[in-house]
Formats: sequence, structure tokens, C-alpha cells
Amino acid sequence: MSESSRASTKQELPEHFKAYKHVWVAVEMEHGEVHPVSFELLGEGRKLADKRGVELAGVVMGDDDASIAAAAAACFEYGADAVYTVTDAVLTHYRNESYTRALTDLVNTYKPEILLLGATNLGRDLAGSVATTLKTGLTADCTELAIDEEGSLAATRPTFGGSLLCTIMTLNFRPQMATVRPRVLAMPARTPGRSGSILPCALGIAEEDIVTKVLDFIADRDSNKAQLAYADIVVAGGLGLRSAENFQLVKNLAEVLGAEYGGSRPLVQKGWITSDRQIGQTGKTIRPKLYIAAGISGAIQHRVGVEGADLIVAINTDPNAQIFQFAQLGIVADAVELLPKLTEAFASHLSVNRLAG
Amino acid sequence: MHIAVCMKQGPDSAQIRVHPVTNTIMRQGVPTIINPYDLFALEEALRLRDKFGGTVTVLTMGPPMAEDSLRKTLTFGADRAVLLTDRFFAGSDTLATSFALSAALEKIATEFGETPIVFTGKQTIDGDTAQVGPGIAKRLNLNQLTYVSRIVELDLPAGQITVERRAEGGVQLLSTKMPVLITMLEGTNEIRRGSLADAYRAASAKIVTWNAADAGIADLTKCGLRGSPTIVKKVFAPQARAEKAKILSIEGSYGEAATALMQEIFTRQPAVEADLMRFASGS
Amino acid sequence: MIEQKFDAIVVGAGASGNAAALTMAKLGLKVLQLERGEYPGSKNVQGAILYADALEKIIPDFRDDAPLERHVIEQRMWTMTESSHVGMHYRSDDFNEERPNRYTIVRAQFDKWFSRKVRDAGVTLLCETTVTELIRDARGRVIGVRTDRADGIAFADVVLLAEGVNGLVGQRSGLRPVVTPESVALAVKEMHFLPREVIDERFNLQGNEGVVIEAMGTITNGMTGTAFLYTNGESISVGIGCIVADFEGTGQTPYGLLESFKNHPSIKPLLAGSECKEYAAHLIPEGGYKAIPQLYGDGWLVVGDAGQFVNAVHREGSNLAMTTGRIAGETIAWLKTRRDPATAANLTEYQRRLEASFVMKDLKKYKNIPDFLHKRAGQVFGLYPRLITAAAQTWFRVDGKDKRAKEAEIFKSFRAGRSLFGLLGDAFKLARAWR
Repeated sequence: MSESSRASTKQELPEHFKAYKHVWVAVEMEHGEVHPVSFELLGEGRKLADKRGVELAGVVMGDDDASIAAAAAACFEYGADAVYTVTDAVLTHYRNESYTRALTDLVNTYKPEILLLGATNLGRDLAGSVATTLKTGLTADCTELAIDEEGSLAATRPTFGGSLLCTIMTLNFRPQMATVRPRVLAMPARTPGRSGSILPCALGIAEEDIVTKVLDFIADRDSNKAQLAYADIVVAGGLGLRSAENFQLVKNLAEVLGAEYGGSRPLVQKGWITSDRQIGQTGKTIRPKLYIAAGISGAIQHRVGVEGADLIVAINTDPNAQIFQFAQLGIVADAVELLPKLTEAFASHLSVNRLAG
Repeated sequence: MHIAVCMKQGPDSAQIRVHPVTNTIMRQGVPTIINPYDLFALEEALRLRDKFGGTVTVLTMGPPMAEDSLRKTLTFGADRAVLLTDRFFAGSDTLATSFALSAALEKIATEFGETPIVFTGKQTIDGDTAQVGPGIAKRLNLNQLTYVSRIVELDLPAGQITVERRAEGGVQLLSTKMPVLITMLEGTNEIRRGSLADAYRAASAKIVTWNAADAGIADLTKCGLRGSPTIVKKVFAPQARAEKAKILSIEGSYGEAATALMQEIFTRQPAVEADLMRFASGS
Repeated sequence: MIEQKFDAIVVGAGASGNAAALTMAKLGLKVLQLERGEYPGSKNVQGAILYADALEKIIPDFRDDAPLERHVIEQRMWTMTESSHVGMHYRSDDFNEERPNRYTIVRAQFDKWFSRKVRDAGVTLLCETTVTELIRDARGRVIGVRTDRADGIAFADVVLLAEGVNGLVGQRSGLRPVVTPESVALAVKEMHFLPREVIDERFNLQGNEGVVIEAMGTITNGMTGTAFLYTNGESISVGIGCIVADFEGTGQTPYGLLESFKNHPSIKPLLAGSECKEYAAHLIPEGGYKAIPQLYGDGWLVVGDAGQFVNAVHREGSNLAMTTGRIAGETIAWLKTRRDPATAANLTEYQRRLEASFVMKDLKKYKNIPDFLHKRAGQVFGLYPRLITAAAQTWFRVDGKDKRAKEAEIFKSFRAGRSLFGLLGDAFKLARAWR
């Protein structure tokens, strides 16, 4: 396999890349709000920087001094040593041209060795452009980041439809870029009062130079929108439910538990649920206290989306299903039969206690 | 109006299995499919063609057998299919892929007409990186519009296009000048079923096949493994969790099993029980 | 619609459809082939055994590049009860010939290859295109088909129905009675992966040799059916099936039978350490000669499973499919060279050629077997296997009893089980049905 011969490729970092130092996180901020994934990345970036013995920096881009200052302050409290800021009216709304220009200029000026972004719509739109402009390597949707013995970034992600994991490296180019989906990494602890240095930078592009204009932004109405990423309890169903009608059983249990509900990718492909309710590597990564998986086989694409849950409970008729390998609690049963009974059990337990209390 | 659509074919990742003994990937007999996300891009391109007139060319980079998937795009009604295939492309990561595709797209524009719009799907089901579209946009200097959920307006004479783009927490209404690269969001349309005449034409159509030289690629160091800054260091199976799952069995009725399961959940996660009490009491 | 008129339209891209299409294309006819599945073979399931003789007559040098698993050098016929089996094995080095006679194959790969050959010969194949009805002219002659695609009509001089065991077009058009539960079996199979060396060692094979096991007995719980186990290159195909009417009658499931079969002490060790990675189910025609429908008419004819061309006794189906497809193709090409239209009168030639071939001869020979089995299922799939295996145990167990006493015991058990009258009756009826 040619890959294995490539795997033994030695690091032969060209001279001009050897000066690249420090770990950067491109902070995602839209309309003054920092996306939590940026803090998750800072937490991980801190570990990478410590291992490398270098600094951790955030990059905050926007149009408003106040929100940029607040964002920078938060970055320090989440572990950054420095924050590069770019403040310009041109950056009011995210646009590919302006943000790509801002970030690539910064990279070319200050030369970080590692650049991390969140794998959100914005992050993915931006990361591909930046990597192509810089002609460097970019590994997407990583589930794990580490520094290897030679000081290079080892980025791990699922491959081959999720059956296996692979570790990808950008040995001979800089910066080594990687994106991580929200909630894959844990939210780090916040150290109030921690601070660092702010380096304001100018934007090298003007509004006249930018062809794409944002005419409007229509915020989503919140009703019925899935809040899976931050839910404490999530109930999900898979193909083991056998039919779209049976998915109602998942919703029923979720309702009794005040939980969010979702499903595995095949259900989205079949149209049983909408894509915003997909749980898994290419859907939502969740970290609830309790996750109940009904009729889900547990392929790794799904696994990486739920591994951070405190308690994973699996219901499946197949005792050899992969999900039992990473769940803590399981029961070999037909989800279609068990879910209604489980809903009853919880409902009566809660009502009894409510009456008692 | 000439529109280009980039398509990728690959094994149906849902059917890929790992050989239980040798731990290698079993690709035998797994059908190759068109990346499902690309079908939304193709349908959008076909709709624009039907509305404004013109042709749709589908481009794919892949091994010779990718021809089958390309031919399938013709059954949907695409007018022309181009296969970019060469052993020099083997092992390409996303940077090398966008390099090769960009060269081919330039050739397509020269041979078959300028392309004010290049479509790609949101991402692939095997790579999932969503990087190649932006890579092409950067190389060909196309204005980049990703996660497009709807094309609102197209003013061909003025060369202006307005789209809705899915952002965090809402939808952006963006307007920009063509040429553009658009990555389509899934679920925005449904790929049509070609008529019998479409299917028949597709079956006997000639697929334009180019190697690196045909596509005008002079610098082979930018292709394949050599042109890929990322390398796969190792491939491995995930670790089984050290602590084994506690598996309950159904002793009596399902009702009893459900109660037992609930109790077990509360024992392990008392915080959950407390939260539920609060939720149930309405606080 | 398709403007071009074809010499023939073949409905289906399975074994018989491919055989017919390829045969006609090679003889210079313009053929359109319509397959409802996503790709050729997507709707096909088989054990699978490839009969070289049938394929050689269509693609003489198929061995050059066809995906073949192992060539069969040993056949095991097992009569099984819960804990035992009595087997008749035939292994011969003669089967290690330059052009082996039978191979195990994996249909998914094989059909892909076969279809490639068909298309290379100039046949136009459209997939994901389901034929919904036949189109007839004012005199009732079939002149084309309607498909489920928009504007989906195509015309041809003749339509070949190669649509498989449950083909809807033929049934809908009234050309064929609806398939009855008594005349089809439902079979399920799994593919179990094992390293080549393990298979070689376990089955005493070297090079690319393979083994076929066909089994019957109490494994079908009194229902009429058989099971199989075939060695592929790096996997084992194992499956079991019974007449659908029997499943309906007893409420058992094919999958349940397969699980029991896999756990049988004679089978389990053969599958040890393997991992099941594929599961499939399919209907198999079992009605035999008496279930064969009208095979031709004005502008149409039937090939393959759609014609119930399956030899249930020898478990031969794919070779009959290929042969009937080839014969049909040759007949149509022959009519074309004579400029004769494909009318019912002219297509009697198809029936004539079938009767002259082993296809009809074999099916006629065994035409009474389905009835025989139906009436004696309890004996064939229960009593006799028990008597035979018990007799074998008595015979082979050395326990101080003298051999004459053992023989007597065996005879007594048979007479007690079935009575002399019954035994003779069964033997007689079987001999009659066999001939």
C-alpha cells in the first residue's frame, strides 16, 4: 500500500518553515458572539502549546472594539497567552474574501506552526481557502490532536466510512492546519482574571476590493430548532426502529425526559428525521449526561459523536453490535418494544415523586 | 450558459467493511456511488440550465471505473461528462485534488465555453473535509459561496448572482459577481429522474477522458502524493473501551426490564435523576 | 421515448437476460436491455455455483478474466439429523482439469463482469429502469415496452422476458399465472469471511480447489427444502431455503432455520472463527416442469427463472438460465436471418430447441418430484434421515453386539418406521418420479 511507504516519510522541514512557532486558534465570532468551539480549541491548543513549549494565541476578527475586547479577554481566561486582533468595518459580516485575507496576512507575518479552526460552516468555508492560499496541509473534522515525538501535529480522524481511524500529518509544510467540530473537545476550565498581550493588526483589504456583499442576515426563529449540542439528556434512534412511524417512540421518551432527540445518519438519508437532528461525526457531536441509543448499531461515525456523554445506554437486538463496545450500560432487546415501557417507567416514577414532593 | 459541476465517486461508505481477520478495508463488491451531496449540486445546475438555456458539464477526477458514475450523471440529464484520470493523481489529498480539478476546469472553459458558475457538493461522504470546493475557488479566483441553500437571483447580463447561505444561527443573503464557485447544501432540492431518452443517450454517450497532459497540467509535482502536504501516518481500529458495558437481559416482562434499566441509570447518574425531578416538578 | 427501434428488448440483466442479450448482439442484432436494479446483479442472489459448460457456449474464453472463486473438486451430499449426518462424498483430481467444470462465484462480482461483456458486445443497457407493461399493436402482438421513466416507451421486434422468479410484467400482462407459494422456495444465505489458508486447511484443499456441500434432512424441520455450504476464495457461502407455502404453514422463518443450520455440530466447526458480513434472501422457482408457463407468444418469449427453469433435484438454475437465454437469442437471430417475424407460430422454434436440449429433458424427467416431495415431506425430511443416521450409528458403533443382530436391528427400525408396504411404496414412487 503506497500509504504505508508514505507513512515512513521523514520530516524534512524546509529551512524557511523552521522559524514557524506557536499554536494559534482562529476564534469564530459572528455578530459579537464567540462560538464556544473556539474555547474548546483553546483548551486543546493550550495542551499542544505546552507540549511544544511555545505560546498559545487566539485570532479575533470583527468590526466592533467592545466585542473584540471581550472576546480577547475570554481567550486569555481560556488559556491564550496572546491575542491578535483585526478590527475593521469590512469584517462586520463573515465573508470569505475579507476573512481569508485577514487570516493569511497574519499567518504570513507572524508564522504560527499550528493553526486550528472550528469545523462550523464558517470555519470550513474559511479553512479551505486559507490552506489553499498558504499551500499547506489541512486535516478536517479531527477527533484527536496530539504532538508526536518529533514535535509535529498528529491529527486523528475517522476514515473509510467510519470503520477505522487514521492519523494525518503535515510534515513538511507550515502552518499545520486542522479543524475540529463543536463539542468533540471538552470545554476547558476558565481562569478568571488571567490576561495576556493583545496585538492589534491592520486589515490589508478595503470594501471596494471585495466583490461579495452581504445584503441581509435573517436570524433563525428558535421554535423547534434542535439544541442537541448542549442538551443534558438525548434520546436517539437508529435503523433498528425499522420504520419512520416507530421513531415517534423516541420522541415520546424524549418528551417525558425533557430531553432532545436525534438519530443516526441513515435515518436522515431515509428522511425519517431532518439533518439538524443527525447525531454523529458529520452531524452533531453531543456531550450529555445521559444518552440513550435505541436501535443504533454504533458505527464509529456515530461513536465519535457521542463518546463524550457521561452515560451511554444502548438498546439493541444484536448482542454483537458495536455500540455495546463503547456504551456503559446496555440491554439486548427490541427497542420498539422497550421504548414505550421505558417511557412509562420514567413517567410514573417522575409523577409519583412529583406528587410526593 | 455553460455550468460546470464537480462530482466525486467513491465506495458507498455505508457498505465498506473491515475484514474481520486481516483488518484491511474490503472494497470488493462495494458499489461505487456518486457522492450524494453532489447530486444536489447537479440538480441545481440542471435547473439553471433549464431556466436560462445552455449546457451542464460534469467533471470528476478518479480511476477509470469512475466512468460509470459519470455516465450516471448523464442519465440525470447532464449534457457532457469529463473524466480526469491519470496514475499521477493517485494519493492526492485535497490540495493536490483542487490543483488537478482547477486545471481541468480551465481546460473545460477553453474547450467548451466559459463557466460563470462552478458547482460542487458540500462535502464528500468518504473525505468529509469540504475543502476541495474552496480550494478550487481560490485557485481559479472564483468568488466563493458555500453552504448555499437557495439561488435567489441570477442576472446574467450584469454577471451578478444573489444567494441564501446557511450561517450559524441564521441565513446570509449574499450578492456577488460571477464567476463563482457554489457548494450546495443538502436537502435543497431533489435530483430528477432522467427520461428514457436521457438514459438512452447517456448509455451510448462518449465520456471525454483526459490525463494530466490533456488537462494542461505541466507540473506533476503538484499532483498525487508528491503534491499532497498531508500524509496518512497510520490507520488503525478504535480501542474497545476498557470498562466493559454492563449488559442487562430481559428476565421477565419488558415492563420489568424497563424499570430495572431506569433504576440502573439513576444509580449510575444520580445527577440525571435530580435533573429529571426538577424538570418534572416544573421548576 | 427512444426513437430507434430495436431488434430485441431484453427485460432484466440477470443470468438469462445477459446470456440472451450477448448472444443476440454477437449475432449482429441491435439489443436494448432494461434492468430495474441500480446495477446489473443488484437484484440477484445465488449460492453460487457457476456451470462452465453453459457459460462456455456463450463466452468460450470466460476463464481469462471472469471473477471465479474456486473450482469445485469435491461434492458432499449430506442427510442430516440434529446431531449427525450421513454423507456421500465424491472428490476427484480429475476436476483439476485445464478447463474446470464448476466454480463457486460471488454473484455481485460475476454479474458486473458478465454485464461488461454484454455492453462491450454493443448492447445498450439502462439500469434503474423498470418495465411496467408490454405494448401491443391492434392485433395484440407485443411491439415494445413501457417503462417507469418519463416518456418511457421503446419498440422492438421481439421482447424477451428475463425478469426473474417474481417478474411482474409477465404476470401483469396475463402471460403468466401469478407465482404460487407452492411453486417457489424462499432461501436465505450469508457470506462468512475466513482467511484462504484456513479454508484450505479445513476443507483439505490446495491451489484454488473448492468444496460444495448440499444438505437436507431434519434441518428444515419437516419442510421441503435444502441447505448448502460453498467454499469461495476467502469466504464461505452458507444458506438454506424451503417452499414458501411450507413456511406459511408452519410459521417458521428462513432466518431461524439458517441460525440452527449454522449451529449444527457438523456445520459449526466449518464456520468457526469466521465473521458474517453479508445477508441476502431470494425466491427460487421449485415447481419444475409442471409449473412452466407459456414460454412464447406473438412478439415475446420467456427465459430464465421467469420460465421456472430450475432443476430442483440437482439444484441447477443458473445454467438453465444461461442456456435458455442463449437458445432464445439464437432462435431470434435465426428468425431474423430468415426475415421471419417473431410471431407465436415462428417462435415455436424456441420451444422445439428447448425440448431438444438438456433443459427440457431434465425438467421433464423430474416433473413428478415436486409432487412426490410434497406428499412425502414428513418422510423425506424427517423419518428417512433419522432412520438412515440411526442405522449408520448402529452399524459403526462397536459395542459388543454382534453384526447380525445389528443388521436385524436396522431392518427392524426401517420396518417399524415406515412399514414394509410404505418403504416399498416410497421406493417405487421415487423410482417412477426419478425416471
